[in-house]
Amino acid sequence: MKRIALIGMPNAGKSTLFNRMSGASAKVANWPGVTVDLMSAKLLLAGNIAEIIDLPGIYDLHGFSDDEQVVRHFLCNNTVDLILIVANASQIDRQLTLALQLKALGLPAVLLLNMADEAKKLGISINADLLAKELGYPSVLLSAKYGQGYSDAYQLIETELQKNHAVPTVSLEENFAVDQDVEKKLEHIIDHSVDFPIQTSHSLTQKLDRVLLHPWLGLPLFFGFMYLMFEAVYTLGAPLQDGVAWILDHLRELVLAPLLSFLPPLLNSFLLNGVYDGIATVASFVPVIILFFLFMAIIEDSGYLSRSAFLMDALMTKMGLDGRSFVMLLMGFGCNVPALMGTRTMRSRGLRLLTMLVIPFSLCSARLQVFVFMTTALFAPEQAPLVIFSLYVMTFVVVLLTSLLFKGQFNSSEPFALELPPYRFPTMRQMILRGWHEVRHFLHRATKFITIGVVLVWFLTNMPYGVEPASAASWSGWIGEFMSPILSPAGINPELTIALIFGFVAKEIVIGALAVIYGVEGTALMQGIAQEIDWVQAYSFMLFTLIYTPCLSTIATIRAEAKSAWFTALSLIWPMTLAWIISASFYQIARYLGY
Amino acid sequence: MKLTDIQTLSALKVGQSATVHALHVDSGFMYRLNAMGFRIGKPLELIRIAPFNGPFHIKLGNTEVMLRQQDAANIEVLM
Repeated sequence: MKRIALIGMPNAGKSTLFNRMSGASAKVANWPGVTVDLMSAKLLLAGNIAEIIDLPGIYDLHGFSDDEQVVRHFLCNNTVDLILIVANASQIDRQLTLALQLKALGLPAVLLLNMADEAKKLGISINADLLAKELGYPSVLLSAKYGQGYSDAYQLIETELQKNHAVPTVSLEENFAVDQDVEKKLEHIIDHSVDFPIQTSHSLTQKLDRVLLHPWLGLPLFFGFMYLMFEAVYTLGAPLQDGVAWILDHLRELVLAPLLSFLPPLLNSFLLNGVYDGIATVASFVPVIILFFLFMAIIEDSGYLSRSAFLMDALMTKMGLDGRSFVMLLMGFGCNVPALMGTRTMRSRGLRLLTMLVIPFSLCSARLQVFVFMTTALFAPEQAPLVIFSLYVMTFVVVLLTSLLFKGQFNSSEPFALELPPYRFPTMRQMILRGWHEVRHFLHRATKFITIGVVLVWFLTNMPYGVEPASAASWSGWIGEFMSPILSPAGINPELTIALIFGFVAKEIVIGALAVIYGVEGTALMQGIAQEIDWVQAYSFMLFTLIYTPCLSTIATIRAEAKSAWFTALSLIWPMTLAWIISASFYQIARYLGY
Repeated sequence: MKLTDIQTLSALKVGQSATVHALHVDSGFMYRLNAMGFRIGKPLELIRIAPFNGPFHIKLGNTEVMLRQQDAANIEVLM
């Protein structure tokens, strides 16, 4: 099998190309010599199965960041038949360095001049054939996003793949010695084959930046947009959730219940009240999550996210963090795991660890499901979005508290520069792919954690045999009783305690567990919970859910990324302690004030 | 070239242009700056400064970057 690696600078559109080539078939895999997972996909090229690997975006093969090391280690430990160098055509005057460095190593490659449409708009004309001749790599202009030139590029890749013989891996790190000639060659090639207009500018980006990066308006506008996004996710998502819940409820009543009625009561209860109710309740939130990620994808791909790093850097510095930490916190609103991996671009260990300590406080989409559920059950429709927004604000309060408290332990004075790419809008295709990706992610988690979680909860609430489900005599009753001295000061009752314990594995299980514990799902479950607890208890429960450990995957990622047992322990114990302090204080004060 | 024409990038005012003269940074950061387009002789422009006296927004050819003022102090430019 032939092996192809994708290499390119950040913002060169490498992932867009990877997605276009692999469709939706990409999966994560391990590689020799590389400690992190990389995305890869198999595809048919020139009659052969070829494997294509998406390497992290890097600026320089010699660089010192973790990502740059990953690429180096990958090239040292794996044979590659062909490298696809993805470069932003409008910035070819600097992005060509990667190609020259790979050429110096003697690796077979193709140069893909991406975003050709943008370069053309800017008046930049590239003679790809001349460039190829000077560089010694075949080159082609294309737009991975819109598809122009893609079939030519595809053909070129097929031809080159057939031509090339496997090149031995680059044997030693010394081979990566700095090539002094690179700069001279770069000037020479660019002078010969690229025509830059005297003055180039992304005029739309400049106009937008004048407003969005305004010294006084920039930050209020940013937070205003974030609020609007969360409001939109809730307003559009709640009815969708309701609809899916209604369908799943009718499926249960009209199809599954009659179908399974011949089964013995215990097995029937296990399948319907355990497995089905648990998973159906979680599944009803999938539309909310897809919606949320669509908005996130737009913000992420638009280039506004890196602008938030620019706007927030000065404030984040006071907390011992920097603009990138802020971007990672925002990424964490989707899922904490990729946000934690995103800290690899940080070279200073102190900064990286402090950022990793605060990322798990980021209100991720799994926790959002719990909060949408709880607020819909216990708050009026007009209050609900505000309650959820208050929890997002809480994320930043907890981050502020934690970073100020720990910044002395994690020192850093890393110099850093960040690219501010022009504003772009994702295509429909990119958004659909993103939505599909989230559905798949959910199905993956559903089969892995959620099913096992709800099954275990069912056993705890229904055993020993013959007890009233979830009563004090059941196993869950015992556990709840045992934990009650700790959690009752925070107003968290035994039923919610069980949900929290399982929420440690994955937050989606929390609502699944509640469905199993209360033995109902959908609207009935919300009504049931509203009768059991009041809003003060619910808010305290949400605070606890927000702050304590996000999920097992996050802990595993922290362990893998930090490579430190004590740091992993700290990122378990500190949030747990803080969750209890904040929930209990909130609950006690609210009760004292008479709520 | 007069010596007075050389100043640090951090002393640039919004809207002013200059060319990169020297980079006094560690090699790791040097790679990064080079890759972003900070090369000797390249023209640049200070577009704006972030809120709370935050980082610089700099345009280098077709690339726009943010750079902290403390790091800009280690870059010499020619006015």
